[in-house]
Amino acid sequence: MKKGIIRPGHVQLRVLDIEAALKHYVDLLGLIETDRDEQGRVYLKAWSEVDKFSVVLCEADEPGMDFMAFKVVDEATLIQLEKDLIEFGVEVKNLPAGDLKDCGRRVQFVSPSGHCFELYADKKYTGKWGIHETNPEAWPRGLRGMKAVRFDHCLFYGDELAATYDLFVNVLGFFLTEQVLDPEGNRIAQFLSLSMKAHDIAFIQHEEKGKFHHASFYLETWEDILRAADLISMTDTPLDIGPTRHGLTHGKTIYFFDPSGNRTEVFADGDYVYPDHNPITWKAEDLGKAIFYHDRELNERFLTVLT
Amino acid sequence: MSIYVITEASSGTQFNCRSDQYVLSALQQQGQACVPIGCRGGGCGVCRVQVISGDYECGRMSKAFVTPEQQKQGIALACRLAPKSDLVIECVPSQLVPGRCKPGSKSNPIPNEVI
Ligand code: FES
Ligand SMILES: [Fe+2]
Repeated sequence: MKKGIIRPGHVQLRVLDIEAALKHYVDLLGLIETDRDEQGRVYLKAWSEVDKFSVVLCEADEPGMDFMAFKVVDEATLIQLEKDLIEFGVEVKNLPAGDLKDCGRRVQFVSPSGHCFELYADKKYTGKWGIHETNPEAWPRGLRGMKAVRFDHCLFYGDELAATYDLFVNVLGFFLTEQVLDPEGNRIAQFLSLSMKAHDIAFIQHEEKGKFHHASFYLETWEDILRAADLISMTDTPLDIGPTRHGLTHGKTIYFFDPSGNRTEVFADGDYVYPDHNPITWKAEDLGKAIFYHDRELNERFLTVLT
Repeated sequence: MSIYVITEASSGTQFNCRSDQYVLSALQQQGQACVPIGCRGGGCGVCRVQVISGDYECGRMSKAFVTPEQQKQGIALACRLAPKSDLVIECVPSQLVPGRCKPGSKSNPIPNEVI
């Protein structure tokens, strides 16, 4: 958090059919609908999050990710980071407060990898869903499906990973937690954090810019991942892979698809980091094990199926 | 409900598909691999096919992989392709022109040609 960015704040996803998408994100994943706007966008949050929304769904002709946002500590930080971004050489666009409901002004830019990101300082604080701030119960009743705890991170596919690293590490204050290096020493995957989490965002080298691999949501235990797998079967939801464990981050995971083909992950546990930890390195030759620790084999779908 | 025979022309593979299911899920159920299996949601484009003959309907598909023009010419995503007769299909993978994200783009439509 050394440049004042606190954490991931929200992601806006495009879906082909909003009602079908809500079955996925609300009934199956367990997010909670908090609002809708005139554009037809639907705002969702996971129960443990304190702000009003973390996922925005909008209907469109093609699925994928519109933007992912990070929350910064205050307006002064936002002003400073906006200057730093311009100095770094990315084009910056300002979106006024209220463009997303109950969210303050946003500073938007495109990374060299071709993904749209934004920074903001304010969003309506609604508190954790279903529990009080004083003497809180352990969890709220009435959660659905997988009972996702929080929106955790995204994985993006794109090119210019080195310039993207420069932007995220040197301008925005992320630090490298894990990487995959090819035999020539080129970084073909980079996992970056702002916190003790093994990643707040990750990038994998891919020749086409701006591709979305998955949005990930945190569950508490391995047992919850197995229960998520049961729900995936019960609802006949397209499974990608899992339940299994990643080598990278060592998280326990399952991947599946929303009704428009956007990949969703739910995961539990995994490594923690402090900023003084050395980055973990995986060799590209062992990418199979790095990604799927048990199978130790890459499936083609993980590398090529993107939105 | 009817059952139709689907033929993938380049491999010669044949399999059955019910009128109330999509071609790709029938193929997956029967352990066939003549069309790649991706997201199964009409979003990733890996299951893109040309329908050579037969009647069918399509669910919603990403316009990044099937433009309205191409849809008229019989291009479809097998995971969103529901047969109304026996079908002959052929895989036609696509690649997108890179570099479409612009700051502020919301649901940016895709004017890029699909190669
Ligand atoms: S499998 Fe992804 S579009 Fe059909
Ligand atoms: Fe992930």
